[in-house]
Amino acid sequence: MKTMNVSLVGVGGQGILLTSDILAKTAALAGLDVKKSEIHGMAQRGGSVISQVRFGEKVFSPIIPDGTSDLLVSFERLETLRWRHLLAPDGKVLINDMNMTPVTVSSGQQPAVADLEARLKAEYPGALYIDAMALAATVGNTRAMNMVVAGALSTLTPFEAEVWEQAIRERVPGKLLDMNIQAFEAGRKAVL
Amino acid sequence: MSQKVLLSANEAVAWAACKAGCTVASAYPGTPSTEILENVAKFKETINCEWAVNEKVAMEVAIGASIAGARALTAMKHVGLNVAMDPLMTYTYVGANGGLVIVAADDPGMHSSQNEQDSRVLVKFARAALFEPSDSQETFDMVIAAFELSEKYQVPAFIHLTTRTSHTSTVVEVGDDFGPGKVERKPYVKDIRRYIPVPMFARPHRLKAQERTEALRAFACETAFNRIEAGDRRFGIITAGVTYQYVKEVFPEFSVLKLGFANPFPSELVKTFAAGVDRVLVIEELDPVMEEQVRALGIQVVEHTAELNMLEMNPARLMALRKELLGDVEVPAVRRADAGLPTRPPVLCAGCSHRGVFYTLAKLGATVTGDIGCYTLGAFPPLNAMDTTICMGACIGNAFGMEKAGMKGRLCAVLGDSTFFHSGMTGILNVLYNGGTITTIVLDNRITGMTGHQENPGSGKTLCGEPAPVTDIAEVAKAIGFKRVVKVDAYDLAALERVLKEELDADEPSVVIAGGPCRLAAKLMNAGTYEVAAEKCKACGACFKLGCPAIERGEAVADGKRFKSHIDPVQCSGCDLCRQTCKFDAIKKIR
Repeated sequence: MKTMNVSLVGVGGQGILLTSDILAKTAALAGLDVKKSEIHGMAQRGGSVISQVRFGEKVFSPIIPDGTSDLLVSFERLETLRWRHLLAPDGKVLINDMNMTPVTVSSGQQPAVADLEARLKAEYPGALYIDAMALAATVGNTRAMNMVVAGALSTLTPFEAEVWEQAIRERVPGKLLDMNIQAFEAGRKAVL
Repeated sequence: MSQKVLLSANEAVAWAACKAGCTVASAYPGTPSTEILENVAKFKETINCEWAVNEKVAMEVAIGASIAGARALTAMKHVGLNVAMDPLMTYTYVGANGGLVIVAADDPGMHSSQNEQDSRVLVKFARAALFEPSDSQETFDMVIAAFELSEKYQVPAFIHLTTRTSHTSTVVEVGDDFGPGKVERKPYVKDIRRYIPVPMFARPHRLKAQERTEALRAFACETAFNRIEAGDRRFGIITAGVTYQYVKEVFPEFSVLKLGFANPFPSELVKTFAAGVDRVLVIEELDPVMEEQVRALGIQVVEHTAELNMLEMNPARLMALRKELLGDVEVPAVRRADAGLPTRPPVLCAGCSHRGVFYTLAKLGATVTGDIGCYTLGAFPPLNAMDTTICMGACIGNAFGMEKAGMKGRLCAVLGDSTFFHSGMTGILNVLYNGGTITTIVLDNRITGMTGHQENPGSGKTLCGEPAPVTDIAEVAKAIGFKRVVKVDAYDLAALERVLKEELDADEPSVVIAGGPCRLAAKLMNAGTYEVAAEKCKACGACFKLGCPAIERGEAVADGKRFKSHIDPVQCSGCDLCRQTCKFDAIKKIR
């Protein structure tokens, strides 16, 4: 297969790194070569976060060149716009329908994007939206939001649900496992 | 069947150290190297591992273990290597007894650093051996080889990582027999001619180091870590480290000389490679370390206009190079949608115990020399409470130097507890000894925060989670001889203002310890919630000056010139600081 490039973006603390970990593990379990590269900034949370996963027969560069992401998975609406340049011309976009106001806006230092909705529609006409927070609440824990996103993301990858679930089982600790699997399934169902 | 695991290069170092029979590991945290020791700790049954107080001590502990005949590991970020160079520069002459492996993790592009350094320059300077892994599998294999090579040639062996390799996970075959390697500790034999390099013994060491370099150069020409991948001979590309992966992506058809072992430089191999291709192109990240050595061999190197010797390498930069050299590619045109997007910079957490100190220092109009930690964020609006940041521990010497130069006013140095233990203690000793009057403020949150909550001598625990003696910073300052040592609650704004004003204005040197836990580490992010009573809020803006991410602009008043405040209940962690700034009693605790 051709190498597939997935960029996952959002805000620190949203569980992006765990989601990308599980995607990478799934690809490895499927017998593919995989590279997962992440950049975390200098503070513990609140900043912009990006993780990139590439998988295929043989993967060289861990960095996805701009304009070549087959998939852009965004955990936050504003961040979806920030990373526009990563997306390939025919790339697909998955957007978690959630707003997190940057401190620069809430403190009044910079203006908010007034037409965010319209800009998202214009930039990503075919984007898939998911309300992961609400779906996570239905399985009993909003902290499983990232697994809901993983469930939706799974439908856009060449891997069976069983392989994804095996990766989750290998990565998530015992007492949280069932809830995470339920969240994953809720995300999967929501977009299928 | 060989076990396959997905590991970052940092994790691969730990797994390999275990397999290689390493028994001692010491490091100080620093992005991107921190996870190395955190993962070594998973093998604590066989590796005696620790957080050292700084990189120099970590290097000294590893050297001590090597002298004793054990296989020893130390790891650090590039700026940490600066701190550790002193013991290394002597031990490289003395020569390793047990294998000594040093991991230096650079940060090209400065994702999380104050500068960009190419550690390869220092490895060459130290006449040490240099392995250049391009992914986690190579990291795993090279760490094992490095221990063996270090013992065989009595040379400190470096593993050179970067943020990209350290934080990229790739598939690693760790072997079907993965487990702790059993290596007999080499005997330690007392030998002052070797271990006491006074000048008469040091001179022979110097000659031996030279012989060793030439022996290693011969090794470099034979090792399988250096390989020619024959291809189109119009260009022969010499590359190393993660840059090799970008070369394979962008120049897949050309001949490549991949250097996995790059110091001492394999001169004869490079000459052979150059003779077999039309033109030699050197592609490396950061300084032209290999290119200068290739040129010194009298080999002509392809000239181009691409500036590749600074910031992080990536495939797009090589595509631009290919376009210039061959004209057969287009760099993908990308559309940015970010015009006018508000930025999302890192901020001190809601409820961070550092915030009140900076709020107060801004109010007092102090000149503040800062340091390396989360608290560097105190420099930014709206706190604006820091003037300088140079390196770990520098704030104290910097503030004292300002005083000596004749700067007047309220001068103080601010650093965290871990940074104080790292290299602040000598700084305050110097202030006291030389008659300074500056105030040193220690933001004591009992954890090494920015690198992700590592234990330190103030936290009461070791790397492996064992109980440890707790060092009290106030007692340290008193023992050094400070008469003015004050502990203050970092969440009490009135006390902070009173204490800081008094100490900053005093004609004697002082140490203030502002104590309060790191709320993330202490799991206090949901400790409480505050609310603004909109009818009482006068839109005075006092609470906005805290720069708390939980305090948002609310209703506009006075024709939009001022705003009432509103607290995001999800982000608020209940620290109480904003309530203390409000003169109108508009903010109250609701949970």
